[in-house]
Amino acid sequence: MTQFSLNGHTTSVDAPPMTRLIDVLREQLRLTGTKEGCGEGECGACTVLIDGLPVNACMIPVVQAEGTQILTVEGLAEDERLHPIQTAFINYGAAQCGICTPGFVVAAKALLDAQPNPSRTEVREALAGNLCRCTGYQKIIDAVVEALGGQP
Amino acid sequence: MNPVGIDIPRADGPSKVRGDAQYVDDIRPAGCLYGATVRSPIAHGKLLGIQKDPDFDWSDITVVTCLDIPAQNVVLLMTEDQPALADGVVRHVEEPVALVAASSPARARAAVAHIKVLVEALPAVLDPLTAQNNPIQIFGTDNVFKQISIHKGDKTDDGVIVEGTYTVGHQEQLYIEPQGMIAVPRADDGLTLIGSMQCPFYIVKAIAPMLGHGRINVIQATTGGGFGGKEEYPSMLAAHCALLSIKTGAPVKMIYQRDEDLRATTKRHPSVIKIRSVVSPQGELLQWDAEIIMDGGAYNTLTPVVLSRALLHLCGPYRCPRQHLEGVAVATHTPPNGAFRGFGAPQAMYAVERHMDAIARTIGMDPVAFRRLNLIRDGDTTPTGQALVDTGAHLVLDVALKAAEAEVKTPAIHPGGGVGRYARGRGVALVFHGCGFTGNGEARIKGKVAVELQDRCVQILTASTDIGQGVDTTFPQIAAAALGIGVSRVSNAPHDTAMVPDSGPTVASPTCMVVGGVLRTAALKLKAALQAETGLDTDDFDTLLDARTHTMALRVMAEYQDDGSMDWDDATYSGDAYPCYGWACSVVDLDVDLDTGEVLYRRYVSATDVGKAINPVIVEGQLEGGAIQGLGYATCEEVVLDDQGRMINDRLTNYIIPTTLDAPEMITRIIEIPYSGGPFGAKGIGEIPMDGPAPAVASAIEAAVGVVLNRLPMTPERVLSALEIKERS
Amino acid sequence: MVKPNLLKDIINIWGCTGLSGIDSTEYGFRIGALSTWTEVRQATALPPALIECAATVGAQQIQNRGTVGGNIVNGSPAGDSLPMWLVLDAEFEVASTRGVRRIPASEFWTGYRKNAMVDDELLVAVHIQPKSTDILHYRKVGTRMAQSISKVVLGARLRIADGRPIEARFAMGSIAATPVRLPTVEAAVLAGEGADAATHMAQDITPLDDIRSTSGYRLNVATRVVRSFLEQYLGA
Repeated sequence: MTQFSLNGHTTSVDAPPMTRLIDVLREQLRLTGTKEGCGEGECGACTVLIDGLPVNACMIPVVQAEGTQILTVEGLAEDERLHPIQTAFINYGAAQCGICTPGFVVAAKALLDAQPNPSRTEVREALAGNLCRCTGYQKIIDAVVEALGGQP
Repeated sequence: MNPVGIDIPRADGPSKVRGDAQYVDDIRPAGCLYGATVRSPIAHGKLLGIQKDPDFDWSDITVVTCLDIPAQNVVLLMTEDQPALADGVVRHVEEPVALVAASSPARARAAVAHIKVLVEALPAVLDPLTAQNNPIQIFGTDNVFKQISIHKGDKTDDGVIVEGTYTVGHQEQLYIEPQGMIAVPRADDGLTLIGSMQCPFYIVKAIAPMLGHGRINVIQATTGGGFGGKEEYPSMLAAHCALLSIKTGAPVKMIYQRDEDLRATTKRHPSVIKIRSVVSPQGELLQWDAEIIMDGGAYNTLTPVVLSRALLHLCGPYRCPRQHLEGVAVATHTPPNGAFRGFGAPQAMYAVERHMDAIARTIGMDPVAFRRLNLIRDGDTTPTGQALVDTGAHLVLDVALKAAEAEVKTPAIHPGGGVGRYARGRGVALVFHGCGFTGNGEARIKGKVAVELQDRCVQILTASTDIGQGVDTTFPQIAAAALGIGVSRVSNAPHDTAMVPDSGPTVASPTCMVVGGVLRTAALKLKAALQAETGLDTDDFDTLLDARTHTMALRVMAEYQDDGSMDWDDATYSGDAYPCYGWACSVVDLDVDLDTGEVLYRRYVSATDVGKAINPVIVEGQLEGGAIQGLGYATCEEVVLDDQGRMINDRLTNYIIPTTLDAPEMITRIIEIPYSGGPFGAKGIGEIPMDGPAPAVASAIEAAVGVVLNRLPMTPERVLSALEIKERS
Repeated sequence: MVKPNLLKDIINIWGCTGLSGIDSTEYGFRIGALSTWTEVRQATALPPALIECAATVGAQQIQNRGTVGGNIVNGSPAGDSLPMWLVLDAEFEVASTRGVRRIPASEFWTGYRKNAMVDDELLVAVHIQPKSTDILHYRKVGTRMAQSISKVVLGARLRIADGRPIEARFAMGSIAATPVRLPTVEAAVLAGEGADAATHMAQDITPLDDIRSTSGYRLNVATRVVRSFLEQYLGA
């Protein structure tokens, strides 16, 4: 058994140690907000936070999740209240097809937690591990830079 | 408040930012099996059969070959040439030969690895330049999918003659969600297909002949990007899921892994374009002769239409009394090429704009001044003889150049640390794009939309799918505006062919402009029906609802009406090629790294005529997203094939699309020259942003370092090689 | 070698404190093998060129998970950091039940993805002794600005006294089965050839064509990035 905190809830899973974290999340726990775009750590659609740091869930063997705190996109909103980053993504048109959106939103959350007032260049660097094919990134950068203003 | 022209937040925004939206791989029907595909290892060969490894446990594996096909072995599109599974012959590497179903994706892939395809290799034609009339036959008797000629005016050699050859490679759509489909058996012995797609009705038509019946309904799942790549290819997946589902009696899901998706699915057509022009010493275009050879791959798919659009754009937005255009699309033993945003126009516009730069260079004129002198104006005719009205080339050029006067604030982001030497350049490209289908396409398709009053809300029933471009938001805006109600009371129904009428395919950017117009008509018909029902002639929707004596649902449908304004002859390729045109200008600022040949984008400015922006944020998103695909096409996106025509850079580490650090800051200017036939003046805008970036980048590289590149992509390898040649001379 | 059974033969070393941490020593730095690239980026006492190197590995998600030790032991010819260890004359501390030994970086990579460790050894730490008087330089030429695999990766170290180079180390990755030193170029620099020393590149490397680039491009770029570096510090 591997035990970790998932979106604030203690969670135990029974999976071979090298099972990819993304498969545990999507198939065992049915949290399908974490997406798979490449399976090799290139597109960032499977970004989750482990102990506050963004990582690719397709590259993490579940054994390394033991004892960690994991945040997925499902853990961002508090009940019906969206996280300010999520609201900004909607308002700025930062989500189009939406398949990369959970990964971007989670990566942006880590950035804003670490650096509440990032420059556009810092935002670009922090999101360089997330590929988007729809937006040209402009609206995503706008949303993340502006999300701070929306924070209480 | 009129919701048209307002930034209404996307209807699907909340579900997407929360991760709730259900994409095909998120859906798991009870008892679902998983499919995988056995593919041809070679480009061309006699298919002798398959061999199952006797040491592998096959007890829980279902295998399907062409012998299992109930009726006709075809995935029907424009022609009947493409089989669902190869039978007797393989015509391209990665062609589907057999299918397996198992209880897990891993088990299905393991089974595929234990099946050997027995083939006897035959000589293959991989080079499109030797394909036409090659004795090795791939398609028809001459390996030609389509040949088109367009001629306007006579010929002259009286002037400065400039000639050039321009070459463009494949480009992958690279939707971030790979292709995926699920087939679920229905109680009536039919099938429901749920998947990632642009065109649900394509699938119905494509696989009915294979099944021998039409008991199929197709439901679009939330779709993670298409860009043309999910126009026709999902029909193949649907066919495969259907075959496995029929044989197993269970639901079957197929999700492509990224490498398989890259190797097996359609790409943008590679092309070679030659242009010969005659220009007066003062810089007026006197004659423009252009020819394009386009590589269609092994099957026809949509290639004839792609060629058509390429040819119709092979003159650029310029006036010229003599235009002679020739195009041929040929078959090769490579995976079929298909729809991709721009649909032939990006290839053509790159060549045209490169050639315009070449002429300017030859006669010693400023490239922008040369373009300005030759811009097409109201009353000028296109090569097909269409007289243009409301041309916008001047306007977009002026607006883009004005916007580009602002200082470029972005610091050059330095890749890889260290020091570097840079040269800075700016490039300008001017493009146009015919909106909607060619010629009488809309009249032939006759797109339908229904609207249904349910209680006090209105549901739109349409097959026009939301693939990220925002139809589920903009359609309610159009209908709400027509009805005079708040947009929150209008929504798109799920795109299920069992429920919605055939609105035509979600391709070629006519969704808003054409289907949106049909929707507006349907909404107005709904209002008229309520007026008739209640006997009131008020325009106020709520007053009409209040006057109803019951709350029964009310449904009306509208269909595209040909107003007879389009005069097009498909046989002679003359007349009104498109109902209207959009115009766009790109201004790109970049640095060329003199040590590495890398192109570093600093800023991208565009001005685009969109007719009317129904939802400006969504429109900007389309324009910026198209721009980055164009910038990728320009410098980094390259498909590398081996000696069997197999894409060998089949991973996201090796097929390079831009990241946030590669993308420039963008200034996006929307111009609105209304199109009278579109709802509230809207034109198609999905494709035009793809056209300008690549030639603008080429022009900027030329301005920065003085090298002329006429081949896409302009990789660091090609830039540096040209730089070395220049330095040596 | 017996193939491990991934269902049971797994020891998770992630989080072993003895393998992580970046510490100053009396002579330089000990970089634990499990130090992530994020940790290297944050270790501001390290030479700036090494921090730049860390910043070019993948992107944030990879830097949070990818380790110095992983890069070294994986031994991909394209490994972003490998030339840096060569020019820094790094020593790799490896341990087994038989004890601890140090392998110089120059003897570590023995072939394509092969190294001088034996099966029961584990890389524990990297030791470097950077000199503040040295110019340390890093340049990665990749496929794009992030999430990029190198086409050519350069590490360089130069010591200048009285305006003359007295020590020169150049190493390159992505151009052969292992990262390599550039002995001819180094000698030419010490012989006073200045930036023209870069013209000897073809004597030191014979790059190959692969999926990501061409031999010709690699040779040209290798020459040009070395020349650019030398011009900056030794003049044209």
